[in-house]
Amino acid sequence: MAATVVNPTRMELTRLKKKRLTAIRGHKLLKDKRDELMRQYLDLVRENMELRKTVEAGILSANKNFVIAKAGMSEAALNTALMAPKQEVNLSVGEKNVMSVDIPTFDYQTRTADENDIYSYGFAFTSSDLDGAVKSLADILPQMLKLAETEKACQLMASEIEKTRRRVNALEHVIIPDAETNIKYITMKLGENERSSQVRLMKVKDMMLEKEHHYSEKQFQ
Amino acid sequence: MYKIAVMGDYDSIYGFATLGLSIVPVTDPEEAKEKLHQLASGKYGIIYMTEALAAELRHEIERYKQQVTPAIILIPGVSGNTGEAVENVKKTVEQAVGADILFAQST
Repeated sequence: MAATVVNPTRMELTRLKKKRLTAIRGHKLLKDKRDELMRQYLDLVRENMELRKTVEAGILSANKNFVIAKAGMSEAALNTALMAPKQEVNLSVGEKNVMSVDIPTFDYQTRTADENDIYSYGFAFTSSDLDGAVKSLADILPQMLKLAETEKACQLMASEIEKTRRRVNALEHVIIPDAETNIKYITMKLGENERSSQVRLMKVKDMMLEKEHHYSEKQFQ
Repeated sequence: MYKIAVMGDYDSIYGFATLGLSIVPVTDPEEAKEKLHQLASGKYGIIYMTEALAAELRHEIERYKQQVTPAIILIPGVSGNTGEAVENVKKTVEQAVGADILFAQST
């Protein structure tokens, strides 16, 4: 309902009509945006869930392997073995624009080209369980990066969808009905003013003619 | 060039060091908070964090949710999976759709 007072003028009417048209156009566009975002989001979030399950299972099994490896070696030996990492991961972050949402894309390079070059220790003083543990963790890394990408995208898109949905609802249920009530009010008011001035003119004309010709006196003769 | 960090208790994360990720072992939540802000303002694109630690830093993590980087991703620690991360995914669905229509039956 229109709580604000509007000036019943022609200028205001034109302004409101323009506003209403823009609002309708915006509403349609935002609605399309919301639908498309939602479609993409649902695909993405399904993928996210799948990835998360595989990654969690992978990390859990890797952790198990590490515990076993730790049990078979002295703590000092383990710490020495892992003290100086051989490998280094460089991450390049790009940005992708999906329906006006900026989502990051992660791309990584390892310092050495050989993927298996991950063992930062000599094999003589460590248990073979450690090799397996490190390998199982290395295998899960590409999926972890993919997970980071999709999960972040999901978070960003979810908040964008929420925002868009609010806007669509505000336009649909507040702005457009408001504008329509106001337009109706002004049209009515203008029509009323016009009729009232017409009646006034007719009355004045009657009075002027009466003054000139004295109709009412003649009527009774 | 960005880097990747892993935060959590030492036992859960030391393996990641071999892969070339930077490990940040923390035990105290206050210290973790500080470290997190340091990492986030530094050159870290992804921060993996154990669920146990994330549970104590929920408020801080919320701050970085709307930013493109860093992406803070929860991983299970050595003590097991709390299901917090899966819960978070469900929460985003709820936020986007209004109700959890995808994974509601799997709980």
